[in-house]
Amino acid sequence: MSKDRVVVVGGGLAGLAVTMQLAESGIPVDLISLTPVKRSHSVCAQGGINSVNDQTRQLGDSEWKHLDDTVYGGDFLQHQPPVKEMAYWAPRIIDLMDRLGVTFNRTTEGFLDQRRFGGTLYKRTAFAGATTGQQLLYALDEQVRRWEAEGLVHKFEFWDFLGPVLDDDGRCRGCVAQDLVSMEIRSFPADAVVVASGGPGLIYGRSTMSMVCTGSAASRCFQVGARYANPEFVQVHPTAVPGADKLRLMSESARGEGGRVWVPRKPQDDRPPREIPDAERYYFLEDRYPEYGNLVPRDIATREIFSVCTEDGLSVDKDRLCVYLDLTHLSRNVLDKKLGGILEIYEKFQGVDPREVPMKIFPAVHYSMGGLWADYERTADGGLQPGSPVNQQTNIPGLFAIGECDYQYHGANRLGANSLLSCIFSGLFVAPSIVNHLQGRSGGAAEELPAGFFEAARNQHERAHQKLLQRRGGTENPYLLHQELGRTMTEAATVVRENDKLRRAISNVLQLRDRADRCALSDSGNWTNQNVVFTKALIDMFPLALAILRGALARDECRGAHFKPEFAMPGLTGQTPAERRQQAEAWCERFEANTKTWLKTTVADYETGSRDVRLSYEDVDTSLIPPRPRMYGLVGAEVIEEVWKERISGVGAPTAVAGGT
Amino acid sequence: MSETNGHDVQRNFEVRVLRQAAPGRQSYWERFHVQQGPDMNVISVLQQIAARPHTVAGRDVAPVAWDCNCLEEVCGACTMVINGRTRQACSALVDRLLEERPGQIELRPMTKFPVLRDLLVDRARLFRALNRVQAWVPVDGYYDRGPGPRQSPDDQQEAYPYSQCMSCGCCLEACPQYTKIELPGREGEGEQALATREAEEFDRGFLGAHAIGQVMLFNRHPTGGTIAGQRLDALMAPGGLQICGNAQNCVAVCPKEIPLTTAIARAGRATTVHAIKKWFDV
Repeated sequence: MSKDRVVVVGGGLAGLAVTMQLAESGIPVDLISLTPVKRSHSVCAQGGINSVNDQTRQLGDSEWKHLDDTVYGGDFLQHQPPVKEMAYWAPRIIDLMDRLGVTFNRTTEGFLDQRRFGGTLYKRTAFAGATTGQQLLYALDEQVRRWEAEGLVHKFEFWDFLGPVLDDDGRCRGCVAQDLVSMEIRSFPADAVVVASGGPGLIYGRSTMSMVCTGSAASRCFQVGARYANPEFVQVHPTAVPGADKLRLMSESARGEGGRVWVPRKPQDDRPPREIPDAERYYFLEDRYPEYGNLVPRDIATREIFSVCTEDGLSVDKDRLCVYLDLTHLSRNVLDKKLGGILEIYEKFQGVDPREVPMKIFPAVHYSMGGLWADYERTADGGLQPGSPVNQQTNIPGLFAIGECDYQYHGANRLGANSLLSCIFSGLFVAPSIVNHLQGRSGGAAEELPAGFFEAARNQHERAHQKLLQRRGGTENPYLLHQELGRTMTEAATVVRENDKLRRAISNVLQLRDRADRCALSDSGNWTNQNVVFTKALIDMFPLALAILRGALARDECRGAHFKPEFAMPGLTGQTPAERRQQAEAWCERFEANTKTWLKTTVADYETGSRDVRLSYEDVDTSLIPPRPRMYGLVGAEVIEEVWKERISGVGAPTAVAGGT
Repeated sequence: MSETNGHDVQRNFEVRVLRQAAPGRQSYWERFHVQQGPDMNVISVLQQIAARPHTVAGRDVAPVAWDCNCLEEVCGACTMVINGRTRQACSALVDRLLEERPGQIELRPMTKFPVLRDLLVDRARLFRALNRVQAWVPVDGYYDRGPGPRQSPDDQQEAYPYSQCMSCGCCLEACPQYTKIELPGREGEGEQALATREAEEFDRGFLGAHAIGQVMLFNRHPTGGTIAGQRLDALMAPGGLQICGNAQNCVAVCPKEIPLTTAIARAGRATTVHAIKKWFDV
């Protein structure tokens, strides 16, 4: 064991969690990150982290309900055992983060305070002001710094992961990375490589994601054979603030604390918002979803905000699409204590005080539910086998994926405040699996492999790098190509998806990909060359962009964040109870048929020859909670539910309708 | 909105950037024209320059190097000196800057850290200071041990501002006592040897206000406080609290409005008490 080393790629919540846990087990870790780990994208998470707690428990909540909310919110596309394990671990994770000194908000008595988030009726979300991600990240960063001081963790900050190193048997034996300052390329022998590199938001140009979220690390694994699952499921957050460089997140916690979304009933009413009387405001989420109100799951809130602007023509502004997110009815004191961080962001970037004037917001690309395909070992009771070496392992032995860049936890739509949980959970949970992977390894440690093996891998990347630097006579500008890619993806693969548009987008992306081969570099130097690093990241966006588009094109249904109007299942229109009953039967029939066809994981493989992706499908483990229709706000939901319950309990003989189709 | 102040001068403005090709090289100014658009900040200015790095003098040059990540002022990466003031480039809005100084924006790298290239500096010393003061809660381990200690909401509200410190370095840039430490590599000196020499040098230099703030954060925490004495020892060592000249610039420039001078004052009292206690312990 003494010679074992692990490389962790990415120092956000997931990467730091696994690093600290491995270090505690005495395993040295090389931690590679594009940015000092304390500046990772996890700092942008605002609202909080979900877990069943003592209070919700007494109101009837349980881990099982957390599991249920998560898979129902995710439209049943997740394998249920990993979600179950996560929900049952959640209280322990909150306890641990509390012990590590996270400044969670407190109740008068000194207990952790919780707020409500979308897609649940319980107040499960612990929070530290409106900078929960930052606070959690710092706590882990501090622990990792402690292990760094002990000599067990070696950080490589401002380093770019160029790809895993595979041996002849296809096993991962380390990786190659590049120093972004000196441009030195080096190989890192390792007995396990853990990719915790986050989401690929930059494929969409502007999103709520940080500038390091290019998806390049995941793409580089994908291009050497790691499979990528559910690429088409990309969450568009309902509330963001548009900017020239980035779309800034306005946390769901704003609604969790009582924020209300509305538009003036009169299109583009030019009165100041606070002068518009209540009767002339359209609180469309509360109106359309009386049970969840402003806290419907994100995919639904996003579609409603999008359609109230585009279809109903009720955007607040004429020249750009936006709706009001209103906090002005809440007390300043509460706002400052619980939401201070995000209100300051709005104030700083928009120059308007959101305590006095409703914010103007619009949806923005936010999170990738899809990611590198990863495995798990199921126990008999439907959880995960702790310490099993297959947990979180990709199809490449020795290569693991955790955090946002793995696909396992959020299905077709992620619930708010579940991402911080899944990142920390997968990071902590994978550590003993890696320890066992190292112990069960056949053959020697990576370090004992002949030096020539790693040298060859390094040289391959060095040659590619030099070739790019020395490219002459290029005509394409990588930054402008990136903008075009962003526009193409945003138009075709966000809130509303249509097959014609997706087909056009694919041919567009293929052209952009080929044009990127002719990029001209404006810097050919070999010192802190950000131009070549960006160009490499851009080139690596195309495989994932194609996976997203091809996955979306193939999936002819609506599920979670993937919405194709052509295949939507509208509510009931029947006038009489009998008509509605009949429609509900047909609705359920169609739902079951659709489940049979489409309740499947999309799995993308990269084809080196065509530089394109190939899709296949895998069954989803729904053995714990049978899939049921997701009916938030659907017209006639009560009738459908009634019919549905009869069908699953075997009452009411569904065959009567089934015969017809 | 930017459309309302529609003078031509403001539609197209000039950006002066203090550039430097690599450590130890001569710095020089370069000017670029940038087109003004809605909702612009200094990041979008630098993005425009990167896409078309063409100077006012008509030369095609290498794009300006700079550091950034979150673009919403929570990661601390994009700190630089903008129109003479140390701050984050992401929250520096172009409209405001041009109101301050019509027609021109000036960008310089921070002066207290070694320049790697252009606006990109090496802030390793800043993170090193967090090691020196053991800015962490020394928990037993990561096994499940139930919840942490109960804390009152007042304690949480007191601690929270300090825990928002994003290690951006503004307080250090503004501090008269914090001086740059830059060690050029010696001939034949290996990477490891240089790193060791650098760490030693950093550990003799002033810790800076951010680290003092972290001492007060962790010393107040019920578990963090178990090694409060060791942190105070670090504050009393060379390069510690006594270097502070009480200029109070740190608190004025902190983008997160962390009460750094309060922390320094409390640290002063705590170290005095600690010193007296140690005196009697001997």
